[in-house]
This record gives sequence, structure tokens and C-alpha cells, in this order.
Amino acid sequence: MNVMDTRKTSAMLYLDGVHVSFDGFHAINNLSLALEPGEMRAIIGPNGAGKTTMMDIITGKTRPDEGVVLFDGTVDLTRLDETRIAELGIGRKFQKPTVFESQTVQDNLLLALNVDHSVKGTLFWRSNAEESERIDKVLETIRLTDARDRLAGSLSHGQKQWLEIGMLLAQDPKVLLVDEPVAGMTDVETHLTAELLKEINRNHTIMVVEHDMTFVRELGVKVTCLHEGSVLAEGTIDDVSANERVIEVYLGR
Amino acid sequence: MSATAFDRLRAAAFSLLLLMAFAAPAFAGAFEDAVTKFANDDFSDTAEAIDAVAASGNPLAFPIISALNDERLFADPESKKVFIKQADDKIIDAATGAAVDKLPDGAAEVRLNNRLRRAVDTALGSLTLMSPDPAKRISAAQSVFKSHDEAALQAVDEALAKETDKTAKAAFTEARAAILLFKPDASEADKLDAIAVVKSKGDQEALALLTSLGSDQPPLIAKAIAGAISSIQGNLALWSMVQNAWYGLSLGSVLLLAAIGLAITFGVMGVINMAHGEMVMIGAYTTFVVQEVIRTRYPGLFDYSLFVAVPLAFIVAGAIGVAIERGIIRFLYGRPLETLLATWGLSLVIQQAVRTAFGPTNREVGNPSWMSGAFELGQITITYNRLWILVFTLAVFAILLAMLRYTALGLEMRAVTQNRRMAASMGIATSRVDALTFGLGSGIAGIAGVALSQIDNVSPNLGQSYIIDSFMVVVFGGVGNLWGTLVGAFTLGIANKFLEPVAGAVLGKIAILVLIILFIQKRPRGLFALKGRAVEA
Amino acid sequence: MPHVLTRSLDRASTLFILIVAGLGILIPLSNLLLPEGSFFQVPTYLVALWGKYACYAILALSIDLIWGYCGILSLGHGAFFALGGYAMGMYLMRQIGSRGVYGNPILPDFMVFLNYPSLPWYWHGFDMFWFAALMVVLVPGLLAFAFGWFAFRSRVTGVYLSIITQAMTYALLLGFFRNDFGFGGNNGLTDFKDILGFNVQAEGTRCALFFLSCAALIAAFLICRAVVTSKLGKVLVAIRDAESRTRFLGYRVESYKLFVFTLSACMAGVAGALYVPQVGIINPSEFAPGNSIEAVIWVAVGGRGTLTGAALGAVVVNYAKTFFTSGALAPYWLFMLGALFILVTLLLPKGIVGTFNAWWEPWKAGRDADAASAAREDGAEPKPNPAE
Repeated sequence: MNVMDTRKTSAMLYLDGVHVSFDGFHAINNLSLALEPGEMRAIIGPNGAGKTTMMDIITGKTRPDEGVVLFDGTVDLTRLDETRIAELGIGRKFQKPTVFESQTVQDNLLLALNVDHSVKGTLFWRSNAEESERIDKVLETIRLTDARDRLAGSLSHGQKQWLEIGMLLAQDPKVLLVDEPVAGMTDVETHLTAELLKEINRNHTIMVVEHDMTFVRELGVKVTCLHEGSVLAEGTIDDVSANERVIEVYLGR
Repeated sequence: MSATAFDRLRAAAFSLLLLMAFAAPAFAGAFEDAVTKFANDDFSDTAEAIDAVAASGNPLAFPIISALNDERLFADPESKKVFIKQADDKIIDAATGAAVDKLPDGAAEVRLNNRLRRAVDTALGSLTLMSPDPAKRISAAQSVFKSHDEAALQAVDEALAKETDKTAKAAFTEARAAILLFKPDASEADKLDAIAVVKSKGDQEALALLTSLGSDQPPLIAKAIAGAISSIQGNLALWSMVQNAWYGLSLGSVLLLAAIGLAITFGVMGVINMAHGEMVMIGAYTTFVVQEVIRTRYPGLFDYSLFVAVPLAFIVAGAIGVAIERGIIRFLYGRPLETLLATWGLSLVIQQAVRTAFGPTNREVGNPSWMSGAFELGQITITYNRLWILVFTLAVFAILLAMLRYTALGLEMRAVTQNRRMAASMGIATSRVDALTFGLGSGIAGIAGVALSQIDNVSPNLGQSYIIDSFMVVVFGGVGNLWGTLVGAFTLGIANKFLEPVAGAVLGKIAILVLIILFIQKRPRGLFALKGRAVEA
Repeated sequence: MPHVLTRSLDRASTLFILIVAGLGILIPLSNLLLPEGSFFQVPTYLVALWGKYACYAILALSIDLIWGYCGILSLGHGAFFALGGYAMGMYLMRQIGSRGVYGNPILPDFMVFLNYPSLPWYWHGFDMFWFAALMVVLVPGLLAFAFGWFAFRSRVTGVYLSIITQAMTYALLLGFFRNDFGFGGNNGLTDFKDILGFNVQAEGTRCALFFLSCAALIAAFLICRAVVTSKLGKVLVAIRDAESRTRFLGYRVESYKLFVFTLSACMAGVAGALYVPQVGIINPSEFAPGNSIEAVIWVAVGGRGTLTGAALGAVVVNYAKTFFTSGALAPYWLFMLGALFILVTLLLPKGIVGTFNAWWEPWKAGRDADAASAAREDGAEPKPNPAE
């Protein structure tokens, strides 16, 4: 781990001057962004704006060509791999719901719990009351208590999205990166998801990528619009949606 | 050589023969006496006989000495007559050339010992120095070069004076130099000239000749020899690098041909076809069948057999490929590991089917005349079949590249390679592209089979021996870019051939495999990998 | 660890263990105690044959552990099997002593024949059984560890991994064919006499070896069960189904793969070691890529992701192979084997046991609906359906 002597920033997540290119295509271009502890931030932007690539960089899947990526003001994320970053406390929900389909809902959550993740620890693991309690609590939060013994693959699309959010809760990270949580959900489910995220935000820092503007509006948080790999506009939802450039490249007239 | 020069030479040779035939009776007595000596069963008499016969100029001299060399010379101790058993088993009298019904009962082979064998070699060498065929003269000169027998000096000088053929002249000059080098009473200046001649010959034989001279030479000459030796050695080392590079290019072209189809199907569909080697094998058997038909029906067209085999092999293997894709692989889409197993099973079936139809042994596939033979380039030999295969491979590569770049199918294939889902939503019929890609990849494998049939044994196991190497090329070169396959194939081919002399063929191959396994650590997706998010999708 | 055992033994596993144990005891007894020619007497050659099947079943388990549960398709597992076999073969060669054709007390016959001045360094110690037994596990284990350390750390997955495992066994094949490798070249190691002082040809030894093979099969089965029913087993399945998701949850995927790959290689090595004294020879052809792929198809036929299926598949396919290759149908065996590869992957992707489970479990689930919730209270994990 790479711990610096002094805090460079008060931000929980701090990106500055980040560049990434794939074979000459600039996916991320001088991107700078800061998330304060306890903040929830919504990220919007057209396809190819670099939203998912930005998450890839934060979680260690993609290495930036240049730039600073700091976690908790001290940890340089560009030098760590996915596992280490996850252990530090950054959780991620993928754009496409990714749960372990051939395992039960309960086992999915068990796997996500932030307990000993070493080979030895899992080989000699025994169920215990504390973990069961935590799983029960998460199941309740995501309204899947009745489905706990069902295979995750048999859940509906919305339920899978929630299970994945539940897995993030079980992981209990400091920062949650949530990529399109309401894609493919009904209006009711979307509303419930917004409520759920707001509840989680009470004690977690969250970054949400979403296209659904109703949902973003409902979250009522600061919005950042990305375009061509850098920040186009930042502010309240009303400010951003009134921005001429945002309307031009993303929202449309 | 121009036609007139050749005619003149032929005329000269003919008149020489005539001359010899007329001259023969004049020496008849001495010649016959010499021949009789073969019947004495005494090594020193035989030695004299050899020298006398060789020097006689009699037209029977060459048949006699070569018969002696091949153990076809018989002598009857009672009648002191000597007989030649000709290649067609007819018997002639060695002294007169008259036909004889059969060998006398007492006749026995004329025996040779090692000293005599050398004498025979020398005699044969000097006899053929005058042969009308320049190729024979050259080989005779080369044998003199090796034997550097002083006795041949006069013959060589004479031949050199008459020689008109440039290559033969060079050979005679070299032979003369070799003799002079070993001639104790040759002048120092002659010897230095000779060393220069041998040095400029510059091959393995020249090196052997110079090293066999020994160290007890006058200082000036010893120095010249040492200089010549090191110059030749440097020259040879360079040529052996060139040789290795050529072998490497040749192997690389074969690997490229075998791997390119695999790279296409793997790139576009993400599946590995374990039966790819069998497509190569089918191409080789197609060539065999084509040649069989041509041999029995239209023997005159044999030289064109490959022009028929290439398109036919493409069609046969390609059709089988499409059938495999439609029949098996499309049901396994998204399960690459199962595809691997199913196609492996298929390879077993195809191999066994071919074994049943054509038998388990090697089948004879011939080289057309324009693909057989070889030519010398400096100190290395380049065979025409390997050269043509290299040219052919590059042509196939270029055509394929052009096809991918300029045709609609190529555009669709590239689209599917880069992002299948996006391509599908753009209205590309991905399943049609899959089938055609598979057909194309298999068809190219079939073409590879035609080429391989020219340099390798055609047996049901043909494909097996190339499949792992082809995989290595694809893994090394990376997917989705044909240039990667090209670079991968030639790199592996050349690396293989440069490691072989150092580590031996097997250890060299193991070293390559280990290197690739280590290489994958650095670049898990190969040399020319696609980057970006689409790869992970 | 009693809790490991109770957790790992469901009804099918218990049945499997009872059958293997029953065969392991009854077949040797019938061979040794009943009079020869009696209807119930199992002839010695069959004892050796079924002993061979038991070894194959262990190999199949080891492949299923990594492929069925962790999604790693190794096309080179035959290499670990063969290495274990060679380690045992080296012990058996050293036991021949001066009874070889050349009567050299130290050097095996092939070394005398190839003019070895002395025993190569890597042959030392193999005269001791404990050392050879250690090497049977250690050599395949170390190779797998080294190979896996490189491959998994740099995230070589899927078909790439399959291909380089195949290249690995191919490289070993080429190497062991060489005389100067010191393992008998293409003839391999053979003409064994004794194992631990018992004649390898004797009926009693064969029966003991068969019994040991069955015992090893049960042990391997229990180890695999313990692994796959632990939380580690769930992590393995998670890696198989969604590798990068698992990584983002904070699991060090390469460590898990390395652990299970090495364990699997050790098991394959043990299988090879038991196989060699029963067939009486080990040669480089065991490294042939075809052998490794064939072992994979046993698992596919039986049902990957089900341990009983892997073992069953090994026995069924090999019984069929013995049956067909010894009769008039021999020329058609390769057609059948090839067709098996194609048909199983196309039509029976879950294998025999997996398909049976898919058909049986919904029916059972209805019946046991109440029992399931009760079981959860005990901490027993409901068995997920691992196929696909």
C-alpha cells in the first residue's frame, strides 16, 4: 500500500488531470473530480463520455496514462489492483447486473461480506451468528428475505439490481460506485431504488452513474456531466440541465 | 551459356571421342597388357593396371575403372581374361569390348584395398575431367579438389587449358590449387596463389582442405593459411546465419499458412477450432486425389496439378468448415471451452475417417517440376518448393488482407471482431458472418494443406503436428490483427531455427514453448492485442 | 474436523463412498478367497483393470475440481498424472536392483544401455519409498504452482489458459522422449519387480493396490467435497461464473486459482503413482495432449461440477473403451470417442449426473420444502445446482 505522509485533500475520492487512451482514442481527457466524504454524486453524460472508464480507473481495472487518483486523501489508487482497492473500501456495482447466478441469494451476500477473504480463511470458514445477522439485515433492506434460498439466476432483472446493491451493502465499503442502478426497472422500482440509495448515503459516500433524469432529479444531489472524457458541467440538477452545452451534447432540445 | 557455345562444345566433345576411338588401336597392345594385370590378383599389379588404364586414353578405360569401383570387374585367373559386368547384367570382355555369353566359372571379382580405392577415385576423377558433360567435369574437378592427388595435376592442367565453361573452369582452377598446395615441390608463389584461390572458394570443403594442410609449413605460407582459415570461418558463420534465417523464414511461412485461418476464426468468433489441423490434412489429401486423377487420366498435366488442387482444397475444406459451424459450433456459441472439446472430438472423427478411406500410411504427393530441385545462393542451398511456399504464403496473406479491407464481408468480419453486440445491432447478420468466417478460415487451412503436401508426409496425423505450433503463433501474435499473426509466425519460425543448432531440435522447441508461456505473462493477449473496454465485453 | 465431514456428506456422496468402499473390499476378497474359475471369482486381470479405472476416477475428480467448480479448463492434466507416475516408476526401477538384464545393482537397464557413468542426481533418493511417495505429490504440485503462479497472476484465462496447459504437456512429451533426459526415452520405465518387497505381478499385491486405489479415490473424493462445500467452494464457483465481480468484492482470485490448481495437480500425481504399478509401465505417451483431453471428456460425460459424476464418467468411458477396443469394433472406437465429445457437449452439457440432478431435484425440492428451512437453521448449506 502506498500511504503518503500528509493528506493532499479532504476529498474521499480525488481525481486530477487523468488521461487514458486506447490505441490513440482518448477515453479520458484531463478529468478532474472530487467527492467529499459522505457526499452522493450523480454522473451523467452521453455514451462514450468515459463514465464507465472512470469507474474502471478508480477500481483499478484500467491504469491511467497520467494523472492523480487518491482515495481518502492518502492512498494512490493507480498503483493498486482491484482486490486491494476493494479491500480498502471501494465497492462497485456494474452497469450490467452481475451476480453469481448459480448460487443462492444468501450465498451471494455471504460472499460479499467484508470478512476474511484469504484462501485459508474461506477454507476453514464456519457460519456464525454475527454474519447471519448482517445477511438477514441486508436481505430485509433489499426486500429479498423471501428469496434468500432462490438461485440468483432465477431473480427478475430488478431483483438482480437490488441484490447487487445488497452485495455492496454487505461489503460495507466507504465509497460505493453504482453504474446505472435503475436500467430496466419499472417506475415503482426506480423510486424505491432512489429511496434505498438515499438511505445508504447516510453513512456511505456514493457515486451514481445514471441516464434516467427523473431518477437523478429524485436523488437531489450534485450532478457532474461528463463529455469526451472530461467534466462539461457541475452543479445542481437545475444548473446542469440549463447549461447550453449539456443540452447540446446530451439532453437534447 | 548460349546455344552456339553449347553446340560447339558438343562438337568438340564428339570429335574428342572420335579421336580417342581411332587412337585406341595404336595403344592396343599396351592397353591389353595393362588390363591383363587385373587378373594377377596382386594389389600392386592392380595398382599399376589402374594407372596404366587411366592413362591409356582408351574408350574402355572409363567403363573398366568404374566397374572396378562398383565391384563389377571380374577376372579369370586361368585365362587371364578380365570381364565387365554391365549395369544391365550383360558381360563384355574388358580388353576388347566384345560381348561374352557368361562369366567363366573361375572368374572372381577384382579385389581392392583402401589404397587402391583411392587410386580408383583419382583415376575416375581424371578420366571424367574430359567428359563432354560440363556437370560431370565439374564433379570430377571437385573430386580432384578433395583428393588433391598430384597424379591428376597434368590432367587438370590439360583440362583447364581446354575448358570453356565458366563454372567448370573455376572448379578446375580450384582443383589445381588444391593439388599445388599439397605438392611438396611447388613454389612458394604458386602456393600463395593457391591459398588465395581456395580462400575465395570459401566453403566447408575449402576449410577442411586448409586445416588438413598441417602446421609444418614455411612461416609465410602458414600465415597465409591461418588468414585464409579465419576468413573462411567468418564467412561460413555469416552464411550459416543466413541459412538459419532462411530456414526460419521457410518454417515461419508454413506456420503462418497453418495459423492464419485459426487466427481469423479465433479473432472473429472467439472459439478455437481444434479440428483446424484436420482441415490442413484434408487439403493435403485433396492434393493427393487431384494428383492421382491427373496421373491416371492426364499425365501430361501433372505440372499443373497444384493449380487445380489449390482452389479445390479451398472449396472442400471451406465447405466442411461451414458445415462444422452450422452443425456444431453455432450451438455452442458463448461456451468457448465446450467448443474446444467438441471440435477436438471432430478432429478424432475426421482423422479416423481419412485413415479408413486412405489407409494409415503416408501417401505420395509429388512435386511438379517447377517446384523440385534447388539452387545455390552463396554458401546456402535454396529448394524451389520452400521458396514457392514462402511466395505463396505471402500472396495468400496479401489477398486476405485486401479482402478484409476492401470487401463487404471483410468489413463485417472486422466489425464483429471488434464488437459483436454492436455489429449485430447495426444490422450485420452475425450468424452468416460466423459461418462464412469459419468457411474462410477452414478454406485457408485447406490451401495450407496443399502447400504442406509439397514438403511433408501426407498422413492422417499431418494436422496434429502443426496444430500446437499454430496455436502458439496465434497466442503469441495476438487476436484480431493479421499482422500479429504474420509477425508471430516469422518470429517463432526464425527463433526456432536459431535455437535448433544451439540446443538441438527438441530442446529448442521446448525452449520456445517455455518462452511463449513466459511471454504471455507480460502480454496475456499477445503481441498485437486489441485494447479498450470492448475486449472485456 | 468433524464439521467438515458432516457438511460435506450428503446422501449421494455417502452412497458413492459406500459403493467404492464395497468394491474395494469385495473384489480383492473374491479374487483371493474364491476358487479360480468360480462364477463369482474376479480374475486378476480384471482387478488390475478396475484398479486402473479407480486411478482414472481420481484424475477425473482432480479435473472436475478445477474445471467444474472454478472454470479452469486444463488440457494438460495428464502431465501431472504422468509426473506422479514417473516418480513411482523411478522407485520401482530402483527396486529392480541387480535383477535387471545387465545386472547393474545401481543403474537401471536403460542407463547401462545408454552408457550412463553414474546415476543422474535427480534419481537419488528414489530407492526409498517415502521419498518417492513425497515426490509423487511434490513434483506435480510444484510444477502446477510455478505454472499457475505465472499464468494466474497475469490473468491468463479461458481458451488461452487451456492452450498453454496443452503446450506444457506437449513440451514435457518432447522432453521425456529424449534419451538424455534420463527417464528411459520413448520406452519409459518398465519391467518392474517389487513394490515395498512385494512382487508387483502377484495376485495379493494387485489386490492390495486395487484396495489402495479405492481408498485413495475415497480420500480424494472427501478432500474435494470438503473443498467445494466450504466457503472456499462458493468463492470458486463465484470465480467460475463472474471472475471480475469476485475480484471487485476483494477476493484475490489468483490465490484461489493457484490453491485449487496445485491441489488438483497433487491429486492427479497420486492417481498416476497408483496407476503405474498396476499397468506395469510408464512412458512419454502419457504426456500426449490427447490423453489430457480425453480425461476432460470423462468429466463432461459424467457431469462437471458434480464430483460423483466425474468419477462415474471416468469409469463409464474407460469401460466402453476397454469393451470396444478389444473387439471387432476396434477401428470404430475413435469414431465413437469423437462422437462422444461432440454429442455430450451439444446434447448433454450437464453430463449424466448433472442431467439426473436437474430432473430429480425439483421433484425432491417439492417434497423437502419444509425440511430445507429446518436445515438452514442448523447451518447446513442447501446444495446449489452447480451445472452451467
